[in-house]
Amino acid sequence: MINLHWLYALAGAIFAGFALGSVRDETNAKRWGNAAFWSLLAISFWFGDFFGDIGNGVLVLAVVAVAGLHLIGRGSKQSTTAEERQHSSDRYGNWLFLPALIIPFIAFVGTLLFNYTPLKGLNLIDTKAVTLVLLGCGVSVALVIGYSWLRPPALAAVDDGSRLANGIGWAIVLPQMLASLGVIFAAAGVGTTIGAIVGAIIPQGSILLAVLLYALGMVAFTMIMGNAFAAFPVMAAAIGVPILIQADGGNPAVVGAVGMLSGFCGTLMTPMAANFNIVPAALLELKNQYGVIKVQVATAIPLLIANIIILYIAGFHL
Amino acid sequence: MIDYWPLLGIALVVIGFALSFNPLLVVAVAAIVTGLLGHMPFLKVLATLGHGFNENRYVTIIWIILPVVGLLERYGLQEQARTLIGGIRGATAGRLLIVYLAIRQLFSALGLTTVAGHPQTVRPLVAPMVVAAAEKQHGELDEDTVEKVKAMSAATDNVGLFFGEDIFLAIASILLIQGSLASFGIQLTPFQLSVWAIPSAICAFLIHGTRLLLLDRQLGKRK
Repeated sequence: MINLHWLYALAGAIFAGFALGSVRDETNAKRWGNAAFWSLLAISFWFGDFFGDIGNGVLVLAVVAVAGLHLIGRGSKQSTTAEERQHSSDRYGNWLFLPALIIPFIAFVGTLLFNYTPLKGLNLIDTKAVTLVLLGCGVSVALVIGYSWLRPPALAAVDDGSRLANGIGWAIVLPQMLASLGVIFAAAGVGTTIGAIVGAIIPQGSILLAVLLYALGMVAFTMIMGNAFAAFPVMAAAIGVPILIQADGGNPAVVGAVGMLSGFCGTLMTPMAANFNIVPAALLELKNQYGVIKVQVATAIPLLIANIIILYIAGFHL
Repeated sequence: MIDYWPLLGIALVVIGFALSFNPLLVVAVAAIVTGLLGHMPFLKVLATLGHGFNENRYVTIIWIILPVVGLLERYGLQEQARTLIGGIRGATAGRLLIVYLAIRQLFSALGLTTVAGHPQTVRPLVAPMVVAAAEKQHGELDEDTVEKVKAMSAATDNVGLFFGEDIFLAIASILLIQGSLASFGIQLTPFQLSVWAIPSAICAFLIHGTRLLLLDRQLGKRK
């Protein structure tokens, strides 16, 4: 059965490739730092399961040291000039989209096959890993097609992959680091503390105020934790269930679903949701690392108001 | 008596991000401080951090896509995205993004959340197309405007994903809501929950779609 470990092996190899590509870019003055950073990640993906928890903790500190002490940089090397790219785009035309579209296509077909056909029962792929395995297949197929069709130099994918990877830099591991922070927050009882604080300021007798506190609590806690999943159980236990559902008789499906979606409005406004807000800013080469959040606020706030109205009307008056 | 000290870790994160320290450093320091204030010995904190990092490696796997995107960009993928948009009459930045928003919401609602995303579609395809559409309509753009148009492309992907995925029955957040409420003896089916994601999804489309139409107008007024 194909499981996550196959993916970790593949990802480790690709990160090792980024290390190699970084060393090859002599325009990057800090290229050895970049190589160290990607090598540490490759080691984590390949051997993380053999180090034990403390060993992995030391590895995390090493990754943080390399990035935090500004030992990584980016080069200015371009593999092709703007003219060459334009020429090549004229030559290959819309076929260039094909390898890029193969990855979503395989994800699409694979998801359908493994959810709605007898393939589901064959245990070919660990159900927890289906999405990522399909991504791995898509990437592999796209690379094979790309190489056999475009006939690039052997290390082209290494050089151009690491060019992009170094453009994003430390932000690549930020979501994973934030997930580990979430584990520490949970172990240190941060959620329980916040739940107790919110529980202590519950307004009596006003459904509207309780709805507001619940929705805004979801937003605030989501912004702190970086995802609504951590916030929901705490806010449900503090206000959602005892006040809105049990005391005020709200519709539990509305309180649950729209409460979560109010939290999603918070996700749009926080740097802690790094994979949605900070990483794309790096990926799109924005100057302002908060550029994506900046444009999202004006959608998030009206949408939050809409959610509060839905929660109040559908939850208590339908 | 509630122990408030672990909350200091949150304050550290907020301050660290606000002062633009390296976020990895901020997160690591906050994690260690929070753990120590939560009465965990240092080695226990280190072990918890290491365990959390190792268990969450799957979050970082998505980046295996970069060699493909890099290879195709080397051969002019972004240039071709611009050429393609240049040939479509009536394509504007806002309209393109509205179409993308609708597709992203629809696919997410069908559980196909991973067919699109920032590395898969926004960087190689959507952002260059939207920038090209804006340039085609309004001429050469200054750097701030390009930045805004690109940021809006990323934002549109997020809004489409967040306010589409909960309509799908088997998505993690719906199962989490179901599980959390079940622990209080409130039994709901995923269907009952996901139906109530639809009104918010419609609001998200209308609100963000309006902003995208306004984006076209702002681009027109610029200069």
